[in-house]
Amino acid sequence: MNAAMLHHGSVGIVMLVHTALDRAEEVARHWYAAGCPVVIHCDRNTPKADYAAFREALSDLPDILFSRRHKCEWGTWGIVAATQEASELMLAQFPAVRHVYLASGSCLPLRPVQELIDYLAERPRTDFIESATTADVPWTVGGLDEERFTLRFPFSWRRHRKLFDRYVAIQRAVRFRRRIPNGIVPHMGSQWWCLTRQTLSAILQDPERATYDRYFRRVWIPDESYFQTLARQYSTNIESRSLTLSKFDFQGKPHIFYDDHLQLLRRSDCFVARKIWPFADRLYEAFLTTPEGAMSRTEPNPGKIDRIFAKAVERRTRGRPGLYMQSRFPNDGWENGTTSGLYSVFQGFAELFENFEPWLAKVTGARVHGHLFAPDRVDFGADQTVINGALCDSAAIRDYNRKAFLTSLIWNTRGERQCFQLGPEDIPGPRTKPGKELDLDLSWLLARDPNAQISVISGAWAVPLFKSNRNFAEIRAEAAKLQKIESEHLDVLRSPYSKARIRIWTMADFIENPMEPLQTIIDEIGHKTLRRLAEAPKMADLTGFGQFLQNLKNQGMHPYLMGDFPVVGEPVGLQGNKPRKPYLVQ
Amino acid sequence: MGVVQSYRLRLQRKRWRIRAFRKRRELRAVSDRTGQIKRDDILLFSTQRNEKIRLPYFLKYYRDIGVDHFLIVDNDSDDGSLEYLMKQPDVSVWYTRKSYKRARFGVDWLNWLQWQHGHGHWNVVVDPDEFLVYPFCDTRPLRALTDWLDASSIKSFSAMLLDMYPKGRIDAQPYAEGQNPLEITSWFDSGNYMIEKNGKFGNLWIQGGPRARMFFRDKPEAAPALNKVPLVKWDRKYTYVSSTHMLLPRGLNLVYDEWGGEKASGVLLHTKFLDTFTAKAQEELERKQHYAASMEYKAYAESLSQNPDLWCKWSEKYINWRQLEILGLMSKGNWA
Repeated sequence: MNAAMLHHGSVGIVMLVHTALDRAEEVARHWYAAGCPVVIHCDRNTPKADYAAFREALSDLPDILFSRRHKCEWGTWGIVAATQEASELMLAQFPAVRHVYLASGSCLPLRPVQELIDYLAERPRTDFIESATTADVPWTVGGLDEERFTLRFPFSWRRHRKLFDRYVAIQRAVRFRRRIPNGIVPHMGSQWWCLTRQTLSAILQDPERATYDRYFRRVWIPDESYFQTLARQYSTNIESRSLTLSKFDFQGKPHIFYDDHLQLLRRSDCFVARKIWPFADRLYEAFLTTPEGAMSRTEPNPGKIDRIFAKAVERRTRGRPGLYMQSRFPNDGWENGTTSGLYSVFQGFAELFENFEPWLAKVTGARVHGHLFAPDRVDFGADQTVINGALCDSAAIRDYNRKAFLTSLIWNTRGERQCFQLGPEDIPGPRTKPGKELDLDLSWLLARDPNAQISVISGAWAVPLFKSNRNFAEIRAEAAKLQKIESEHLDVLRSPYSKARIRIWTMADFIENPMEPLQTIIDEIGHKTLRRLAEAPKMADLTGFGQFLQNLKNQGMHPYLMGDFPVVGEPVGLQGNKPRKPYLVQ
Repeated sequence: MGVVQSYRLRLQRKRWRIRAFRKRRELRAVSDRTGQIKRDDILLFSTQRNEKIRLPYFLKYYRDIGVDHFLIVDNDSDDGSLEYLMKQPDVSVWYTRKSYKRARFGVDWLNWLQWQHGHGHWNVVVDPDEFLVYPFCDTRPLRALTDWLDASSIKSFSAMLLDMYPKGRIDAQPYAEGQNPLEITSWFDSGNYMIEKNGKFGNLWIQGGPRARMFFRDKPEAAPALNKVPLVKWDRKYTYVSSTHMLLPRGLNLVYDEWGGEKASGVLLHTKFLDTFTAKAQEELERKQHYAASMEYKAYAESLSQNPDLWCKWSEKYINWRQLEILGLMSKGNWA
């Protein structure tokens, strides 16, 4: 390749470098080899010796020029000054250059450079520069968008964050506003552009340039606004996008590409990507040394990169709902869903129906547990001692952190509906929390979880007592205790803060017509079969239950949660003494 | 947090640093190669006692992911591990016969070495049975992670301890020197962890896993802590407080997101439960050099004599970091 040919290259590359100079050298050689004149600006913060070695390494290529060095600190004017000077050098030294492409040392050309040259040659008057008004861009760091242009920023955001913030606050307080010169409209966009000689020289040779420079010197992150704004003044044909693929995370930092992104980049269909990790050997090898590596004509799929990085931002900002782990532990109210999936809680059903659990499992296909929060042991049903995720049945471990237990259970069984039984006897008494009548944390946990479907037949806890063979004084005391607990539990469920899907029936109401509520609950669980329930669970024999309640009343206890049961005869819906047949709803 | 508490923590940090400074006299450099350390090197700090059988694979694992230099305190080994370490070209060794317990389980010693040599470097602090797994560790070296952390202005990286165990009795499969211990201890508990926030230090306190499930069924509050922050861009001002569970200043413990998002995190695969463990537990019980009067080891010794099978039907077999990510034990965060 001879120097004369270089001088006729129509695409000039301005490279801003500061670290990984060995990679910058490789990329510069790559551009050069394709016939592009190159002007390099190296940050003045780079150690002198490194810079000298870098120039020395490229000294065999006389047409790679180096522009005067500026200090380039992120977000400051230095980068613009460096770009200006390097561009001026490019325009002056290489008269054949028609487009100037601004790249960095960590940019990597993905497609053969010739394709870029051809592409630009077909669009000789087009300026590729992302340029949008402040109102239209979502990506702003530090909550500053329009204020970037109306306040002054003499302090470094990186090094003197406190001063930076305080100075902004003071300016806001005194309502300071800078005047924007000559009525230009501030625009912002990616720092990496490709401008035509006409537009670029118009910006650089503008008689008002001193005014603009003075103004932008105190604008925040001028490298994202100086050329983007001024190009609007002169360009006849702006294509508002960057030819450089560059993705930013939620804090405005560029995503970095590694070896494992090779296939992704190959299919991205972009000319240049940034930022490449300097030790990504495979990427540099694939795109710089093997010509066919870059060419790989697989189906371009540029959307995939977008998706991957959008997902990363989503994961960092929203996370996986219902997951609690070492690097995601949301404050109360910020969980974005207490649990990871829908589940059902049944209170009083297993007491009222003899075969409720197997019946429920059969009609819904869901995983049905017994009383998960039973005081003595976690009843996972089917005599299991450990379930998904190696969650074990120790009541002590469960009670040590009930929220962790519940959220782990739901997380571990993602994709499978969980159902479990709850009763007032599962809600711990005053033992666990001194000074408190009842420990209602579990009630609150369930009530505030939008994923919970809670169905309660109030007062059904009396059925096992009614069937039990205990002394009546004991029964009476137990009934009083359970009623008090359930009543407070129901208060929680009925509170305006509860977000769960909650249904509460009194036992009397429920048994009057059990199939309708059952059907509603089952429908909501949403098992595939849309058929009506053909088989009802078997209800406990309640003959004499009314008298039982009356006996409690006679002993001075007032059972009210179950609703009204007549003392004599059967409650409505339960008439007839023969063993009850299932009640069918057609 | 009030000014008073903030000041108290500062005093506490100073106290730990002074303590580390005083404990320096307990350490005798037997092989000091710290002169080789270059400006950007990633350093690994560890304390070991009679781990000869584990060291070859341990060193290989961390060399492979890109640790540049090892700084190891040998606590009075008599199995030849000291001599082995002295022969390694990238290892500096200090020897002490003083009490592990009185050096706060080695923290004081390592705090001192980190103070002296760790400043400005990324420091990995792990035991010889802990293997760091981080997002993309199968395709990207550790330096990719630390460079990304640097670029994101993140100074500390969380990697929770994940207890690995074999299927069957712990002593059923003998471990051979140089072998990957995960070939034997390839199982773990995926979803039985409990987390609480420590208001004072701001760290999360994680418990659970097979040890809570098997050994602490009835007293889960005594189950060992699993939260760890083993990778820190060290500064002389920093100090580990209790093992690598927490640090001061407390900002370093904020390795988790509180607003619903996920920060990037890894996992320390803890391969303690090899066949060597039974003997080790016995020895540690006699030496009484472990945390909380070696209560943990007492619990082990009791259970181990009966039926040391930690495996259960719902144990997961380890495949790779992606599996751990899907299970929700670690996260890529916004690293992509």
